[in-house]
Amino acid sequence: MEITSTLFAAKAIYIGLIFAITLGVAAYSTYGERIVAAWMQDRVGPDRAGPFGIFQPLADAVKMFMKEDFIPANSSKWLFIAWPCLSMLTALLTSAVVPFGDKLDLGGGIEMDLQGIDVNIGILWVFGIVSLGVYGILVGGWASNNKYSLLGAIRAASQNISYELAMGLSIIAILMMTGSLSTKVIVETQQNGAGFLSWNIWSQPIGFVIFIVCAFAECNRTPFDLPECETELIGGYHTEYSSMKLGFYLFSEYINMFVSGAVMATLYFGGYDYPFNEVVEAQFGQNIAALVGVGALMGKALFFVFVFMWVRWTLPRFRYDQLMNLGWTGLIPISMFNVVWTGLSILIPTTFNLPAWASIVVSWSGIGVLLIGLIIYHGATSKKKTVALAH
Amino acid sequence: MNYQPSDYLPIIVQLGAALAFIVLTMVATHWLGPKRHSSKKDDVFECGIESIGDARTPISVKYFLVAILFVLFDVEIVFMYPWAVNFKELAWDGFVEMVVFMSFLLLGFIYVIKKGVLKWEK
Repeated sequence: MEITSTLFAAKAIYIGLIFAITLGVAAYSTYGERIVAAWMQDRVGPDRAGPFGIFQPLADAVKMFMKEDFIPANSSKWLFIAWPCLSMLTALLTSAVVPFGDKLDLGGGIEMDLQGIDVNIGILWVFGIVSLGVYGILVGGWASNNKYSLLGAIRAASQNISYELAMGLSIIAILMMTGSLSTKVIVETQQNGAGFLSWNIWSQPIGFVIFIVCAFAECNRTPFDLPECETELIGGYHTEYSSMKLGFYLFSEYINMFVSGAVMATLYFGGYDYPFNEVVEAQFGQNIAALVGVGALMGKALFFVFVFMWVRWTLPRFRYDQLMNLGWTGLIPISMFNVVWTGLSILIPTTFNLPAWASIVVSWSGIGVLLIGLIIYHGATSKKKTVALAH
Repeated sequence: MNYQPSDYLPIIVQLGAALAFIVLTMVATHWLGPKRHSSKKDDVFECGIESIGDARTPISVKYFLVAILFVLFDVEIVFMYPWAVNFKELAWDGFVEMVVFMSFLLLGFIYVIKKGVLKWEK
């Protein structure tokens, strides 16, 4: 698509809006998290700043700005300042390829995709930027020259890179079904067919579970929040940080939560697709249908943000060796299996001329095969363990 | 759909907005907060006791092993991306080839695990 100056201006306005929405959602996720926590623990939660405490994020922001900006004497000063900024920058750039809605008709024959950039590398952009975020934490913790920060930073780095492998493998299954890296195309292939029945979640149940577990680990959220494990590491990688530098680390975590919710919705839950969108488009026109789509994607993303919070107040934290074992010996082999099984579920129906639902049957039977394999594996290893104990 | 390098242009706006936000915030927070220094306070935090030595010390080699293995496996996974995008055209031939490739990868993986990379107690 040729980019004209009008289209560029429209895109700039759109990107500005998405930027503001992302920041707003991230700020209000902190409020949401405290409300959800209070609700789950049967408490009241923040209720003093404004009605229902809705000005709490603003009060927090003002407080963060007014705090002393502390820099330890023997830290690497420039790295100490620059690397929280990198964390924030990477968090703010990931949302660029997420398609927030369908085409908007601007009049005069100009149509704009509600997506920052629609590029052919699509989902790889998210991966590239997210893996840069590891440096933000790693170097930030190292630069403070504090032993606790160092430990937290190293833990964060090795955790993030370990779970990135399984995440990359779970994406491959989606790419095999779609045949394109572009996030727009991934959403469009989920739109053909019977409403929400054509979403990828139906044919990728294993892939989705792997992806959401990895998303928790990449965002350093409970049960994978070992980098900031208070009982062992004080504050983890941000022990020495104060004021808005600490704010950047915490804020980028909330932005990442929102963006990963949007990415999960895009990959597995049809993105901006919603049931009866053809009816809405025929009745109210293209623009209204597209805007409802934006609402649908936001709803899905916010639901995932809620899931992040829900899990935080449900599951305890992993131990470090359990975490690494789950990542390496659990998720990576399972996601490899998922890639092979997805290949079968695509190829078997086309070779034997079976109807389209056959591929869904094959992919769900994959769960059965996986469970049987796990039971056999567990039986074999536990027998070995009892033999070893007996000797 | 034909893609062009100019597709990337709008990212300049987002990069600009993000940089502006970060720089403004950083300048504001350095300028607003109080500044009180003392030799004890400027030390790094160490559970309330006097901080001893430096954090720039050697650390467990396990972490480096994990990092090296990540690089190895990540490169292998990147090889799979072009294959995955063209999967439907390659059909069974591509499937068999990738199963062979992946079983080599899995063999290496089992070797690494058996070698005890994830045994943290040792």
